[in-house]
Amino acid sequence: MSERPRTDFGSATGAIARGLGTVFKQIFRRDVTEEYPKEIEPPPPRSHIGRHLLNRHENGLEKCIGCELCAFACPADAIWVEGEDNDPDHPVSPGERYAKDYQINYLRCIMCGLCVEACPTRALTLTSYYELSFETREEAILTKEQLLEPPPRLGTSPGTEEG
Amino acid sequence: MDRVDWVLLIARVVVVFFALLLTVMILVWMERKVIADMQTRVGPMRAGPRGILITIADGIKLFFKEGITPTMADRPVYQLAPVIAMLPAFLAFAVIPFGRPVELFGREVPFQLADLSIGVLWILAMSSLMVYSIVLAGWSSGSNYPLLGSVRSSAQMISYEVGMSLAIVAVLMYSDALRMSEIVASQDLVWNVIPQFPGFVIYLIAGLAETNRPPFDLPEAESELVAGYHTEYSGIKFAMFYLGEYLNTITVAAVATTLWLGGWRGPAPDVLPWLWPLLWFLLKVLLVVYVYVWIRATLPRIRYDRLMAFGWKVLIPFGLAWIMLTGAIIILPDVYGRDAVVTAFAVGFGVLVVVSLIWPLVARRQKQEVGAS
Repeated sequence: MSERPRTDFGSATGAIARGLGTVFKQIFRRDVTEEYPKEIEPPPPRSHIGRHLLNRHENGLEKCIGCELCAFACPADAIWVEGEDNDPDHPVSPGERYAKDYQINYLRCIMCGLCVEACPTRALTLTSYYELSFETREEAILTKEQLLEPPPRLGTSPGTEEG
Repeated sequence: MDRVDWVLLIARVVVVFFALLLTVMILVWMERKVIADMQTRVGPMRAGPRGILITIADGIKLFFKEGITPTMADRPVYQLAPVIAMLPAFLAFAVIPFGRPVELFGREVPFQLADLSIGVLWILAMSSLMVYSIVLAGWSSGSNYPLLGSVRSSAQMISYEVGMSLAIVAVLMYSDALRMSEIVASQDLVWNVIPQFPGFVIYLIAGLAETNRPPFDLPEAESELVAGYHTEYSGIKFAMFYLGEYLNTITVAAVATTLWLGGWRGPAPDVLPWLWPLLWFLLKVLLVVYVYVWIRATLPRIRYDRLMAFGWKVLIPFGLAWIMLTGAIIILPDVYGRDAVVTAFAVGFGVLVVVSLIWPLVARRQKQEVGAS
């Protein structure tokens, strides 16, 4: 029979007392809870955690050249791109081709950012807009026009107004 | 008893009943808030100012949920168990004095439902009835996990009841009374918590186990047993178990207050003489409950064999020794005279201090010798 360690009640009581003291001290620390829909803490300025954005050049032309590399990179098959040749008189993007249609399905997107890494022209980037809630399936598919616009202010998504 | 007495009695019963329900409501909110505070969270914030109505929201939710009876359940027992969980908790509170008697309609009205001559025994009886609700609930559910939970629970509650009773017996001997009002009256100079401090500690620990609160919440043990004895319960029946558990916590705290913390006694100004004892009583009960919540926030659940070992090998021998010492303190002065006993105790205490100072030196040397070989 192996010898069992004897319980030292003195040190056990001391340990419990120290534990109680440690827990009591937490009362005076600042609470970490954020009252989310009521008070929205802005995310860090350089955070890239949320919705995509299709960027433009400074002269207003779209950076996207319709190469579909983002769609190939996407592990969730969330991106749909349809490329077309530019009209030389009225180019949408510099170069030969542009994206005629560009859609991202946010019911599929897993926010991995591989599309952003794949993009050769920095046309596709992530923003800090994380309120991706929708009321219908159709709404969850963002079109090219929506993706070209910067995302709305936080706290305007459906469901947040009740806070 | 004439008609006025009956009306007064019924009024007291109704007031105490609703006051208890209200206290449970505040207690649940308080527990969640205090634990949140100790974990640097804020706790419930939405229902009412700072979330104080959270219990009502919970209650409404539970009330409107579907009550499911499992096909394997023993129906009558299954329906009865939640009621049994609630009843003893309410009944035990009947003998707790929570204020100074007042004059009303030309007669003395005690702030107590029934001043039984065996008040303390009544409390012990009611707290032992609590076991039935858990055993019956676990057995009648016709399911494995509830049964395991209830078996664990009955063993635990019966074991710790012994320790709890021993602590209470010491108070009875010291106060020389079974009637709750007399026990409170006997504490007019010094609260029992000072001469009976070891008993108080035993009672608090055993009370934790009796009410199935962490770190002795093995009957529930949601991480191992799903939810223990009430796994199969839902809706209003589950709410009754929940209510019974918190009522029990209040009762244990109220008994601790009455037997050790001087009941409703406390310094009181002359204005509104009936109010201050009530406030003191509430304050002391809340203090005990606060300590329970604090312990819940600190200590992890202990292993089952350790729980039983602690109950049987530590609490009960300790309680027995304390009863013996209390008895010696009460009886010996009458037999041998006060001075002789005080001298004997002083010498004994001195020997104990000397031994406890020398013993670590001896023990360390022995350990070193073992380590060298």
